[in-house]
Amino acid sequence: MSFTTDLQREAVVTPRGCAQWRDDFPILRGRVNGKPLVYLDNAATTQKPQAVIDAESRYYAHDNANVHRGVHTLSQRATAAYEAARVKIQRFINAAAAEEIVLVRGATEAINLVAQSYARPRLQPGDEIVISAMEHHSNIVPWQLVGEQTGAVLKVVPINDAGELELDAFRDLLGPRTRLVAITHLSNALGSIVPVESVIALAHDRGVPVLVDGAQAISHLPVDVRALGCDFYAFSGHKIFGPTGIGVLYGRTELLDAMPPYQGGGDMISSVTFDKTEYNDLPYKFEAGTPNIAGAIGLGAALDYVSAIGMQVIAAHEHDLLTYATKAVSGIPGLRIIGTARRKASILSFTLDGMHPHDVGTILDCQGVAIRAGHHCSMPVMQRYGIRGTARASFALYNTREEVDALVAGIRKAQEMFHR
Amino acid sequence: MSDLRELYQEVIFDHYKAPRNCHELAGANHRAEGHNPLCGDAITVYLRIEDGTIKDAAFIGNGCAISTASASLMTEALKGKKIAEVEHISEDFRRMVTDASMAPHPGLGKLEVLAGVREFPVRVKCATLAWHTLQAALRGQRSPVTTE
Repeated sequence: MSFTTDLQREAVVTPRGCAQWRDDFPILRGRVNGKPLVYLDNAATTQKPQAVIDAESRYYAHDNANVHRGVHTLSQRATAAYEAARVKIQRFINAAAAEEIVLVRGATEAINLVAQSYARPRLQPGDEIVISAMEHHSNIVPWQLVGEQTGAVLKVVPINDAGELELDAFRDLLGPRTRLVAITHLSNALGSIVPVESVIALAHDRGVPVLVDGAQAISHLPVDVRALGCDFYAFSGHKIFGPTGIGVLYGRTELLDAMPPYQGGGDMISSVTFDKTEYNDLPYKFEAGTPNIAGAIGLGAALDYVSAIGMQVIAAHEHDLLTYATKAVSGIPGLRIIGTARRKASILSFTLDGMHPHDVGTILDCQGVAIRAGHHCSMPVMQRYGIRGTARASFALYNTREEVDALVAGIRKAQEMFHR
Repeated sequence: MSDLRELYQEVIFDHYKAPRNCHELAGANHRAEGHNPLCGDAITVYLRIEDGTIKDAAFIGNGCAISTASASLMTEALKGKKIAEVEHISEDFRRMVTDASMAPHPGLGKLEVLAGVREFPVRVKCATLAWHTLQAALRGQRSPVTTE
């Protein structure tokens, strides 16, 4: 079984390169349960380089003040740092303008914003929202909620047994009542890379806008929102080595302009009287209240860190790791890999005969190996495969082949315990 | 690793691979469903209660070794007990798996084998799923319970 990414892997990743990256992440020096930490739960959240930790600390130590409205020096510095982070994000995903970058709490909030502010005002009973069979709950439930509110219905594009989107079925699902497509770029449960360019092209042919859930993709694939042509793109900072509590909704200016605000409060207004309130310009119209200023600055530092290494280099390293890991676990009797798409990144989900993922997770944890066990907030995907959950290892730039070896040794130990 | 061996004792493996009373119960007059949202495990507990005594107990479900062994040992422990006794045992069990400072409790018999769970807080809900569901069955609760 082999898979590929479409990247030109010109950069050669040396073991020294990876070792240097590991040194940047203080938590990776730690031990758990008396063993060196082998952190393979990056799809849940990533670890943070010292540069990100320092950026947040430095902000609180030297520049902290509220943004946008202050007249004193610290507030100017805070505002400049916050807005500079917004521009970094814009450049990282190649958005046309900084006003198209709305800072929110995370990908989940970004999707809820689009559901309530873009979709809800427009949807009529019987209108259709198309999602895929491999979405995370955060790209299912907001649409179900808006469906209950408006009478719109969900249509689900099937996946094949390998976990690949069935593009023909998608084409057939697009109809005269389709109002929006919401699709993941990279499945958190299966690791499948979705051909979003094709999805967007097909949808746009029918005049249907597309929201892409980039929560997993953002740290494993290069993301260029203009090249993709998506209408909305959502991601979370904490999955790309940034802090928790900060995320991004990218939206095309034309769409964001036409949308009513999501939350009301300070900062999203330009004037307030009890008779009438005028809303602020983009992106502030969607940023009510004091933002997660330190989080935004931390995210900017994280994107700087990733850009300095280069996404192509990172993806090449991870591709090598995933290939190595897939081959290594394929040799384990009783292990079944869930998610065998031809194009995959980072994620290795599996089941073991006669063993519940929870037990596998605990036994691995005792050996310092952190994986995730369960349904990964993607219950419909698990149902599709007739299982309750998987054990999932997910790789990032600081993981190594030695760590994959530790994972394999741990799995074998777990099997020994259970099959005595 | 000794903690792990404390958790996964031989008896646990035995009850996981060959769970006792693991079937639907004909003649059950109490039943309830339970669910651990953390991992998706689900269980149904069946009871036949007559004259304030549990005459028979059974369960079906799929789950990890801890939750299955707990359910299996639970149904063994319940048979022939009065309801008041069962409430006592439930409470003792709950304390045993959550309270690291607790001394061993003789009244729990074979259930003692799950004492190791208290060193693994993330697995407590696995051990208590069957017991939460038991409570729901005793109270005649209609909707499924969760461990949240």
